Amino acid sequence: MLRLILSRLMAAIPVMGVVAIFVFLMLRLSPGDPAAILAGDAATPEAIAAIRASLGLDQPIWQQFVTWIGELAQGDLGRSVLSKQPVTHMIADRIEPTISLAIVTLLFSVIVAVPMGIVAAWKQGSLLDRGIMALSVAGFSIPVFVLGYILIYVFSIRLDLLPVQGFTPIGEGLWPFLQNLILPTLALSFIYIALFARITRAAMLEVLGEDYIRTAHAKGLPDRVVLTRHALRNAAVPIVSVIGIGFALLIGGVVITETVFNIPGLGRLVVDAVLARDYPIIQGIILLFSGIYVLINLAIDITYVLLDPRIRY
Amino acid sequence: MRAVLRHPLFRNSAVLAGGGILLLLVLIALLAPLLSQTDPTAIAPRFRLKPPSEDFLMGTDKLGRDVATRALYGARVSLLVSICVAAIAISVGLVIGLVSGYIRWLDGPIMRTMDGLMAIPGILLAIALVSLSGSSLLTVIVAIVVPEIPRVARLVRGVVLSIREEPYVEAAIGLGTPVYRILIQHILPNTIAPLIVQGTYICASAILVEAILSFLGAGLSSEIPTWGNIIADGRDVFQRAPWIILFPGGFLAATILAVNILGDGLRDTLDPRMKKRLGA
Repeated sequence: MLRLILSRLMAAIPVMGVVAIFVFLMLRLSPGDPAAILAGDAATPEAIAAIRASLGLDQPIWQQFVTWIGELAQGDLGRSVLSKQPVTHMIADRIEPTISLAIVTLLFSVIVAVPMGIVAAWKQGSLLDRGIMALSVAGFSIPVFVLGYILIYVFSIRLDLLPVQGFTPIGEGLWPFLQNLILPTLALSFIYIALFARITRAAMLEVLGEDYIRTAHAKGLPDRVVLTRHALRNAAVPIVSVIGIGFALLIGGVVITETVFNIPGLGRLVVDAVLARDYPIIQGIILLFSGIYVLINLAIDITYVLLDPRIRY
Repeated sequence: MRAVLRHPLFRNSAVLAGGGILLLLVLIALLAPLLSQTDPTAIAPRFRLKPPSEDFLMGTDKLGRDVATRALYGARVSLLVSICVAAIAISVGLVIGLVSGYIRWLDGPIMRTMDGLMAIPGILLAIALVSLSGSSLLTVIVAIVVPEIPRVARLVRGVVLSIREEPYVEAAIGLGTPVYRILIQHILPNTIAPLIVQGTYICASAILVEAILSFLGAGLSSEIPTWGNIIADGRDVFQRAPWIILFPGGFLAATILAVNILGDGLRDTLDPRMKKRLGA
């Protein structure tokens, strides 16, 4: 087990290396001169040169890369150009809403979608199955921001049941926290429910054709036991791997949902940074999210082995 | 012509439904100036935030511009961007996938690079690229293309790896056929069906990402009527004038739905192996 974790960690390092090189090159080789953009339209050439020197942009590119990687290795993501605060602090300040939204959405989607997929596979071809599949195609097609505004329109403006926008930290009580999170979670979950339900159904259908399922039915076991104990367990590997892919998509969705619902999280932070061209924040958040993505995939590889003893690396 | 129409593609209801709606949208996009005599950028302060009525089918926005007209013109941008993105992503991904799958010593480095690129969330990568290089149609297209390339490259590489073991490829190698001819004559044709399917899904995702970029303010200039820009314009007046967001949002969702349905239909008719795997 330890060897597995170590070997997977080793495999993750080159991937993160590529991410780091790509982010570095993207920021340095882009057509606009960052120093000129930061200095503004009315800046003198001297002012631009001063900014360039302060960012280290006047040094040869390999030297910039070495300095940058060195700082990165110490967990230093630099300072925001506008607020002058360290990027790591800014991320720490804004991470709670993002993590809350991501985790609640992931949990909610799995809880809703996996039973939907199981039922659809169990009643394959029925009206219920077709209904669930149609819903899943719709889920892939309604953009999260459109759905978000529809939900705000119905539940906040028309019915006046829930707050329109904003975020309350969990420290200020569970109900206020959840109240603000219900609509964003619903909006963001729809596509994951669609994705997970579809994959659960497909994985279940594959397993339900196996001989041991027929045997289990022949033994007189109730459907519920056959579906959960025999079928779901063997269908778990593809389902878990899609939940991992779902997480990667979730990051993009969170950025948009935070804008729709005015949630002060990392998504808002990065969008504001993009609009203000605050590069250290952009690169910090891209590196953070990519790192999380790599770690999640690592965790999934390890889960495979736990779920299916036949898999060996 | 008869023979073409008898192809199973034209008997698949998903292909017909999705394709039909898309054809309608293409017509709307092409005929936008005829369908509405109003200028999509004409500002009319007198008619600010008017709800949908006979004069303004979908209401007006905070500058008094006609939302219906802007939505019609928005179809142009969405379709143009999606077709360009799909064409470029498929071409570049195809070349990378062919090289990676066939030339063994390049496979490792190329695929690790693709893995790294895939680890960066696509939306973040796209908004960063646009913000770095300024918003023009070209940068928006490139920004949407870059995150799509690894997916195409992986798909093509998978096909190459399975086809290169086929006896007819080994026979061609045995006869001394040059590598480029093996790739073009024997391997390329096998990638066409999955690439058509993948290309359709890329179109859907490109329409979505373009709208997201505009919505977040990191897309095309806000004067250009794109669905994302119209929606972004309606953000701060949403409680008073929800139609500014709901109508273009409906266009957007319907378009993506049509492309996805078309993609599912194409997958079922062109790529039966894929159908089996998804249990659809």
